[in-house]
Amino acid sequence: MSATTQQRPAAGPDAEEFLTQLRTFVGQQATPVRYAQDAVNPAMIRHFVEAMGDENPVYTDETAARSTGRSGIVAPPPMLSSWLMVGYKAHTAAAEHGAPDSPMTRLLNLLGDAGYVGVVATNDEQEYVRELRIGDRLKMTAVIEDVSPRKVTGLGAGHFITTLRTYTDADDQVVARQRFRILRFDPTVTKSSGQPAAADPGLRHRPFVMRDNQFWFDAARERRLVIQTCSDCGQLRHPPGPSCPQCGSFAWHETAAAGRGTVHSYVTSHHPKAPGYDYPLTVLLVDLEEGTRLVADYSGDPETVRVGLPVEVDWLDYGGDVTLPRFRNREEQS
Amino acid sequence: MTGTTGRTAAAVSVGDALPELAIPLTRSLIVAGALATRDYENVHHDPQGAIDRGTPDVYMSINNTNGLVGRFVTDWTGPGAFITKLSTRLGVPNFPGDTMTLAGEVVGKQDNLIEISVRGTNGAGSHVVSQVSVRLPDTAAPDTAAPDTTAPDSAAPDNAAEATR
Repeated sequence: MSATTQQRPAAGPDAEEFLTQLRTFVGQQATPVRYAQDAVNPAMIRHFVEAMGDENPVYTDETAARSTGRSGIVAPPPMLSSWLMVGYKAHTAAAEHGAPDSPMTRLLNLLGDAGYVGVVATNDEQEYVRELRIGDRLKMTAVIEDVSPRKVTGLGAGHFITTLRTYTDADDQVVARQRFRILRFDPTVTKSSGQPAAADPGLRHRPFVMRDNQFWFDAARERRLVIQTCSDCGQLRHPPGPSCPQCGSFAWHETAAAGRGTVHSYVTSHHPKAPGYDYPLTVLLVDLEEGTRLVADYSGDPETVRVGLPVEVDWLDYGGDVTLPRFRNREEQS
Repeated sequence: MTGTTGRTAAAVSVGDALPELAIPLTRSLIVAGALATRDYENVHHDPQGAIDRGTPDVYMSINNTNGLVGRFVTDWTGPGAFITKLSTRLGVPNFPGDTMTLAGEVVGKQDNLIEISVRGTNGAGSHVVSQVSVRLPDTAAPDTAAPDTTAPDSAAPDNAAEATR
């Protein structure tokens, strides 16, 4: 798998293969059993409640805690995972030299290599069997429960990873369970447009590729705009077809187009909205300099389009193995 | 009168609203919250590190958000409550300079177990939606309550802080 984001699989057979690879991790123990570095203690509780502005006296005041029927002060339940964090030393070592090998590390690296470099927690379901008391020594086991198909979010496209963590005390009694979901995402999907909510072209309909038009889509993938040309009479034609509409010849070759043209007509669509497109969506019918016409998206502001506008080809990666031409306003070129 | 343990199950009904709480999202809070939960991911303290990983600035960690939600709920229930479940779904991140307003409502009640739906909204939209289950005491003060003579001393500073919020 290449590390370039352009080749990340977005849809189609590549994406399915990638997802299958990701899902081999489901059911595996995410990381080795982790033991708390320190027992539940008043100092860490104080750091936590002060940061949160939490004045509940059962976390800091023995007398107040007992007056509620507790045996003494308890830890704030939402502090659960704090007791099992690896600490600054191990964290920075992992950041510098890579995390210790584990199924979770391998899964995250697999995604990172495919361009999904961002990470953010999205869901956290915690169930507390009992409150944690001073002196409790916890350990945690974590199992990878699910890896989602590729989803597009406001932060970028990515995969959700769900782990199920079980917290036990020194007597091996379960004190809490936690279902934790993170998103490993590719921020470049949204960065290119500068808009966090920009649509992911990976969601668009895929072109219908068959034997007669495959050469054209193959060239587009290499960012080359070509025109089918009759080898007998020299007539250019688009869209591609098996025989020349002028002389009927089946012989043809490609001619490279300069990629410049003028707007013959256009339409700006506001509704209904199809996934993968930003709206309003302007679609052009472009008269290429070579003489054929081409339907393609307009990459400029819909307000600037007009019949006769000079345009120039631009390219848009849909992800996976699809790249298609679109056109930008040539008047705005510096 | 809620007593030293706070609200009892009998005093709570479905539809009860929790008073809103506005939390200024300072850079200091975001960093303090991350460190207090031992979360050293650079996205919670290093602006350039956050940019490199795809967000415009540092943002609040989920454990920090959970801590604030827990506080918001027990501020209202009082110390007699036991949180039994906390289920959080995050939306738009909490970035520095913004304000998050927490609002909540009792959405379920079975005996002394109540469910509270909490919503945290910042300038960009919905940051968090949490469902919190809480077990409330049946009576205001259990038999094991501490003698009243010690209560005023220890409770005074807390009450003073409560009044200024």
